[in-house]
Amino acid sequence: MAATTKTNTQLLIDGILTENPIFRLALSMCPAVGISTTVMNGLLLGIAVLFVQVASSCTISIIKNHIHPRIRIPTYTLTIAMWVTVIDLVLGAYFPVAYKAMGIFVKLIVAFAIITMRLEVFACKNAVSKSFWDGVGMGLGFLFAMVTLGFVRELLGMGTLLGHDILGFRPLLYFALPAAGFIVVGLMMGFFNYADIVYNRMKKG
Amino acid sequence: MKNIRPFHVLVGVLLVVVLLLTGCKTRHRFVKKTAFKDTDKIEIVFAGPVDETWAKDVGGYSVYEKPDPDILLKISNVALSPDKTTVTLTFEEPLNRDQPHILTTTEIMSEGKSLGAAVLTVKKLYFGYVLSILIGAMLINNFVFTKYLGLCVFFGTSQKKTTAVGMGVTFTLVIVFACMLSWFLYQYVLKPFNLFFLEIIVFIGLVSLSVQAVDTILRKINPALFKAFGVYLVLVIANCVILAVPLILADNEYNALESFMLALGAGLGFLIALFLMSCVREKLELANVPPTFKGMPIAFVVAGLFALAFLGFSGMSIY
Repeated sequence: MAATTKTNTQLLIDGILTENPIFRLALSMCPAVGISTTVMNGLLLGIAVLFVQVASSCTISIIKNHIHPRIRIPTYTLTIAMWVTVIDLVLGAYFPVAYKAMGIFVKLIVAFAIITMRLEVFACKNAVSKSFWDGVGMGLGFLFAMVTLGFVRELLGMGTLLGHDILGFRPLLYFALPAAGFIVVGLMMGFFNYADIVYNRMKKG
Repeated sequence: MKNIRPFHVLVGVLLVVVLLLTGCKTRHRFVKKTAFKDTDKIEIVFAGPVDETWAKDVGGYSVYEKPDPDILLKISNVALSPDKTTVTLTFEEPLNRDQPHILTTTEIMSEGKSLGAAVLTVKKLYFGYVLSILIGAMLINNFVFTKYLGLCVFFGTSQKKTTAVGMGVTFTLVIVFACMLSWFLYQYVLKPFNLFFLEIIVFIGLVSLSVQAVDTILRKINPALFKAFGVYLVLVIANCVILAVPLILADNEYNALESFMLALGAGLGFLIALFLMSCVREKLELANVPPTFKGMPIAFVVAGLFALAFLGFSGMSIY
């Protein structure tokens, strides 16, 4: 039970940059590849994940002393499932169009590795406030990654942003195809690695 | 094991048969066969001759696709065969043969007597339909390469052929087990009691239950395999496919056999994807990859190429 010594800001920055769920930890790739075709989709799913991550991190952090270690994984899963049901029903009721576009992925937030992972690694060992900030950081990191992917794919694939025509033509229709998701994510990860290497080199010399 | 008697086995088999039968629609006793003909025709074969005035009346039939009960399909012509046992309905537009169609008739008149109204289901040959679900889930709609699900586990365990095959097989076992459980619970508990909003919680609960069961069994039976998987058996819960399949089953109202085939197809499709990917990644170990692309990024680019190749399957249909 090693509680973290990081400050809240440190936790936030870790979640968004150094431990970004998609580009650095390579977790929860399915939505990153599947529905990052537009900025709007990425934004909505990102907000849903942010909500679920923060809510379940806090819940687990509150009840962490009452969970038997042997049944901790099922407990995490059921907690997440509860919050996903909440967000699923809310989105279905208030944003029916966007909900349809995201299809099965909202329900599948339950199975996103990143949320279970954070509960297992962080929330079950730390105080509520720390878990809250860790959840916010991770959720924002996911949101950031989804919006970036959506930005690249929508701009290059359709020539639009948030549905508004920006370029007036379609540079590379290939990026709007579902199959391009893999390649875009791969290239972005490579870019992040490259930035990391350059940053470390600058720090050294 | 001594206590199991033939009687118990018989009761078990009967239970399964009854469960399977309740999934099917009851058919009208006077109707022998329904089938699709050409692109825009449906053929109904009756057990005996029917009255011409009833049979030729276009208003006597209403046909819709099973998922859209509100949209009635327009019938342009009704033909009766000379022996008066076969009715052929011609539609204004070509029919979508992939969907089961529901055909409702007014009271069937035969030799002046009414034989009651009929609700009939028109489907493609059942065996072919079931097989197409299996092949569809395996190749055409491969969950990894065309639906982009289960990627965390896919990238995590595709480094070596041995792990990939082991993971694929375990996954197939778990998914079939979990899906049959969820199908049963959905059809016999959630649906009758109208508890649809609980489906996520129930399905994920069942999935983690089956994962725990496989975990315990594997730990005892094959410790070597158990050691090789390490954290990834637990991560099967985090594999979206295992949750997506029960949700798809619930949406499409599949019966037991169809559910089994979809689960099996999803598992085998995952196995195929893992195996293909691990073959490439073993070669990649030896290749000279630029340092920024080492590991995950290059794996993603390769998966992108696979996805493009699998795009070639799209639009294919069997039977």
